[in-house]
Parts: sequence; structure tokens; C-alpha cells
Amino acid sequence: MLDAFAGAAGLLLTGDPTLTHIVGLSLRVSLSAVLVASVLALPVGAALALFRFPGRTGVVVLLNALMGLPPVVAGLIVYILLSRAGPLGSLGLLFTPQAMVIVQSLLIFPIVAALTRQMVSDLWVEYREQLTSLGASRVRAIPSLLWDARFSLVTALLAGFGRAVAEVGAVLIVGGNIDGVTRVMTTAIALETNKGNLSLALALGVILMGLTLAVNAVAFAVGEFSRRRYGV
Amino acid sequence: MSIDRTILPIELEQVVFAPRDQVLLGPINLTLGAHARTVIMGANGSGKSLLLRLCHGLIAPTSGVIRCGEQAGDPQTACIRKRQAMVFQRPVMMRRSVRGNVLYALRLRGVRGSRAEQLTQQALALVGLEALAKRSARVLSGGEQQRLALARAWVIRPEVLFLDEPTASLDPDATKAVEAAVQRFAEQGTRIIMTTHSTSQARRIADMGIWLDQGQVTQHDPLVRRTL
Repeated sequence: MLDAFAGAAGLLLTGDPTLTHIVGLSLRVSLSAVLVASVLALPVGAALALFRFPGRTGVVVLLNALMGLPPVVAGLIVYILLSRAGPLGSLGLLFTPQAMVIVQSLLIFPIVAALTRQMVSDLWVEYREQLTSLGASRVRAIPSLLWDARFSLVTALLAGFGRAVAEVGAVLIVGGNIDGVTRVMTTAIALETNKGNLSLALALGVILMGLTLAVNAVAFAVGEFSRRRYGV
Repeated sequence: MSIDRTILPIELEQVVFAPRDQVLLGPINLTLGAHARTVIMGANGSGKSLLLRLCHGLIAPTSGVIRCGEQAGDPQTACIRKRQAMVFQRPVMMRRSVRGNVLYALRLRGVRGSRAEQLTQQALALVGLEALAKRSARVLSGGEQQRLALARAWVIRPEVLFLDEPTASLDPDATKAVEAAVQRFAEQGTRIIMTTHSTSQARRIADMGIWLDQGQVTQHDPLVRRTL
């Protein structure tokens, strides 16, 4: 066991190329997924907060429920869509990093959209009369509200990133855990542990824990900065 | 409606506001904006704030008609509201700088660039906040926030400025500063329609007084104004 810890420390200190590649791919995939999901989820969440339409309650309930979407189910759905016989099979995306971005975006979207809806909804209660008086329509109010909720929304984005980077089942299904191509931290940890290569698994685990801590630290720092700078 | 036509006077004809069949205001027949500074007075719950919100188009009357100016426009239409502005008792400061708050109001009116900067500086100077332009709006004191709300409302050069008890929670010095700013706006040609509890404040500011009681206009008289 001590050998495993020593090996992990060695991998971390020497910047082992395999380790670096896996970490780099994990970050690229998860950050891309956060970007893709956010571009869609921020305006959707804000629009859900501001507009009333038939079936809106159902959409909100569904969105909240999808925050707990089991990753393997998301993986299965994307697998079916991207498999050779599936509707998007001709794109040839299965077992590529792009497929992993798609499935992680699917997991992150409900989290960011639901949290955005709640935050913007709360802000709209405070801002509605003022923005209406200043001449902002509801559509025009959306970017203003998103901007004014920016520090809270960072927390939502970080929550999405945390979900993506720590996820294993979905990326395993659509990525296939192919060495050097689609192997990310979580799938590598699972595989290397099964193989008994605890050094690499431990080194990746340390980095994953470090990332989780860093995400929380950034969320806390953003909140503190916002409170000090803007009094909120 | 042409933007060049005046939105004054604001005429209320048999206006009633009765959400869920509970009459909170009216029926009211009233003409506003004929005088430079009009003050609406009354106890808590008399309907002062509702009256301002109706005239500003933030809420719609349950029955009756509100007509603005020569074209008899509805205050809920965008072109009428663009010629009006309102300062609330507790104004919402957006999470940006003092300057950013004023610029935002101009941006919504399509004013940008150097013209927007120039108007912002003028408005902040008029309320004595130019030195705090870069500070975050939400960390200002109550009096400073109220003066910023006045600058943000006035920067669009409204024809009518509604003020909903703008000094209700301010100390005497801050009240004096707000009243001075209101007087300067009136001198620049903006019609002021303001609610207050204070008869002495009404006499300092206004030349027309309207008294409300339980949602009804009970008195409508010229006021003898005292200098500040």
C-alpha cells in the first residue's frame, strides 16, 4: 500500500505524461460541456423565470427532476442517439470526446437552467417594477438580470462543472474509456483500480479531490468578492 | 403617438383599482401635471403609491380611463412610459457602479457612447454624486442611493417624474439634499408629482396639493410654497 502512495507521489511530482493527458482531456471535456450547457441553460432558465405560458409549471418540475438525472441513463440515451443505427449515427461521434461533451452537457443543462431560473426569479421580484419603469421589456430584462445575478450564477456553473468532472457512468458508455482518446480521470480511476494499478488511480484521485476543493474555494471566493464589492 | 407631443396633462376619468373585487382606489376623477410640482398627501394605505403606479402604467386600472396628453395615450404604452420616470420609496440599485446605474437607464433609451457619458456626468453632478461615480451603487448610504435613483430617473429627461415618498426613510440632511435635487429637476422643466406624509415638506416643494383618504380624493388645492 505504501508503494502505491509512493508511486502516486512520483507520478504527481514528475508530471507523468499519461497522467497529464488524462487530466487535460478531463478538463477539456468538462469545461466544454459547461460552456455548451451554459450557453443554452442561462437564457432558458431566465426565460422560464420571467415568462408565463401554458405548461410552464410542468417544464419547471421536469427541469428540477432532471437535476437528478442518473448519468447512466443519460449515457444510454446519448449512446442510442449516436450509435451506428441511431438517428445521429451518421455523425460518427460515438466513442469520441465530442460524445462525452454531449452527454456531460445533457447532465449539466438541467442543473444550470434550474438554478438560473430560481436565481433570476428571486431577482425579478426585486427588480420588476424598477426595470419596467426604466423601460426594459421582459426580453430586454433577461441579459440585465443575468448580469446582475452573475456572481450567484458562477456558483451554478461551478456546480455543473463539479457534476461533469466527477461523473463516470455516462462518459464510460459513450466514450468507451479508450486509452489516449476518451480516457478521463473518473474512468481511468475505475479501470486502474480494477487492474490493481493503484499508483495512477491514487494520483488521479488526488487531482480530482483537489479540483473539487478548488471549485468550492472559487465559489466561496466569488461570493465573498461579490459581498464586499457590491454589498450583496 | 408622436414622441414630440406632450404627455401632459394626465387625466383620470372614473378610475378604479379593485383587485379581487376589493376597491383600493377610486373612483377618481383628476387632472395631474398642470402644475410644476404636485404633491399627493394622505395616510398609510390611502392609495398614494397606487395612484402613482397607475399614472406611470405599472398597473392597470380595473375600470375607468387614464389619458396622457393631446393624444390621450394609455400610460401602459411604451411611448408614454418613455416620457415618464419614477423613483420608488426603496429604489432598487442594480449590481453595478453608480455610473453604471445611470448609463443603464440611458442604454435602455438607445443613448450610448460619449453622449451617454456626458448626460450621466450632468445627472450625477446635479445630485452631488459625481465623486462617487465609480463606487458600487449598493454600498451607498440610503440618502446617496435615493439621490442616485433621482439621477437615474432624471437622466432620460422625463416630462413627468413620479416620486413615491423619496425621503420616507432618510435623515434631515439627506432629506434636504433630495428636496434640493427635486427642485433643480423642476427648474429644468420636469413636472414633479410626488407623494409624501409631511405637510411641511409639501409646502417646501409643491405648488399644488392633493389629499387622498381611503382611496378617494378629498381635497385638491394650490399650496403656498415656502423656500427651502
